[in-house]
Amino acid sequence: MRRLGLVLLVAAATLVGCGDDGGTEGTITVFAAASLTDVFEELADAFEEANPGTTVELSFGPSSGLVTQITEGAPADVIATAATSNMEDLAEADALEGEPVDFATNRLELAVPAGNPGGVDGLDDLADEELVVGLCNEEVPCGRFAREALDAAGVEASIDTDEEDVRALLTKVEAGEVDVGVVYRTDVQAAGDAVEGVVIPDDENVVATYPIATVEGAANGEGAEAFIAFVLSAAGQAALAQAGFEPAP
Amino acid sequence: MRRRDQAPAAGRVPLALLPAALVAIAFLVLPLLGLLQRAPWSDLDEVLRAPAVGDALRLSLVTSTLSTLLCLALGVPLAWLLARSPFPGRALVRALVTLPMVLPPVVGGAALLYSLGRRSPVGSWLEDALDVRLAFSTPGVVLAQSFVALPFLVITVQGALEAGDRGLEEAATTLGAGRWTVLRRVTLPRIAPSVLAGAVLAWARALGEFGATITFNGSLQGRTQTMPLAVYQALNRDPGAAVALSLVLVAVSLVVLVALRGRWTSAL
Repeated sequence: MRRLGLVLLVAAATLVGCGDDGGTEGTITVFAAASLTDVFEELADAFEEANPGTTVELSFGPSSGLVTQITEGAPADVIATAATSNMEDLAEADALEGEPVDFATNRLELAVPAGNPGGVDGLDDLADEELVVGLCNEEVPCGRFAREALDAAGVEASIDTDEEDVRALLTKVEAGEVDVGVVYRTDVQAAGDAVEGVVIPDDENVVATYPIATVEGAANGEGAEAFIAFVLSAAGQAALAQAGFEPAP
Repeated sequence: MRRRDQAPAAGRVPLALLPAALVAIAFLVLPLLGLLQRAPWSDLDEVLRAPAVGDALRLSLVTSTLSTLLCLALGVPLAWLLARSPFPGRALVRALVTLPMVLPPVVGGAALLYSLGRRSPVGSWLEDALDVRLAFSTPGVVLAQSFVALPFLVITVQGALEAGDRGLEEAATTLGAGRWTVLRRVTLPRIAPSVLAGAVLAWARALGEFGATITFNGSLQGRTQTMPLAVYQALNRDPGAAVALSLVLVAVSLVVLVALRGRWTSAL
């Protein structure tokens, strides 16, 4: 199934890459929010396969950290963040080429180790001092959204660790070290059997909107445009949907 | 490790070495100038008075000092064993105990997580039987720091024990002193500068510890967020604050190193 998906993706990426000038080349450096890790790896593979001679280099991290790196001159061609606010920071710093485009949305979910040893069934449980509770730190979109959700639910969380990005937090849940972490729905899906999800009802949840853009002064501007077009294409959107993302409004 | 008294002729540096030495100085000092140049001097005061900064600095000083004490308590006996007891497999043990020096600290953190974390046999026993949780706690920070710092103390002390002249110890033994007395009255005073030097190195390493700490303990203000972790987190939000925090760390380290180096740690 996954293999078939890749074939379709590659076919679509070929269409995107073979634009007016017969395809992209060189290296495209893509900086992406940690929550995009699996789906962007898949997209990058498909893009490379469809555009021989093109390499997509991926760098994942907390959105806020990626923004800092780019404003300090990191050589990125494409940036995709987990929150529009980070992208606005880049726009304000004149670090973007053109307007960012929203390409996906996501929701929060509680991640618990397989078997749910802490018996977690909702945001309320994050107040339990007996549990090891992890959030992303508040500078990172998932940490900010988690705090918004907790505030909305009127829960004072007893936090044991503020992790640097959502995948660092997910790793600690997978290892069984953290009893409950607030991550994105897509992270729970990507984690597989070691992690279970506990749904946060919509009225307590927060919607994260993911924008993507070409970085000002990109070494491979053409490649950047092609990669972004691929993410926005029907095939790119299907891969995102497969990973649990929802379409951007 | 110990420096012999220098003969006058050996004090002259060949001129040919000078350019490379100057490049080395520039290479080591330039990054510090970079920090100074980016420091938010105008609101430095405000940045440094944020509660998170005080918490991180206090936590860093307390944990790195406790780690140093733990390293001393465990490291001096280990150095002794490695330097003085030719047991089978000593070469292997020597290599193993220095491993944390070359291992990426994040690997050390992962190793601690899987050996002492809540799901490990030791960690789950500690939690069930004694209600002690090491991961995500201040003692966990001390543990992570000690893990990376201990080899620095061990090899410094071990070097001193191996290098020294054992005549005095033999004389003391001949005169009827027991092993414990020789250790206390002769050997320890002789290697004291090296022990101190090793302790300073271990302390400095513990103060700067990042990878093992964040991997094993996560990051929480006041409990596990030491200065390096606070710097890392601030970099993502407010680079100016990160620079200010870094300067504090630089200043603390410099003061300690300069003060100790001048007076007591000729072996460093």
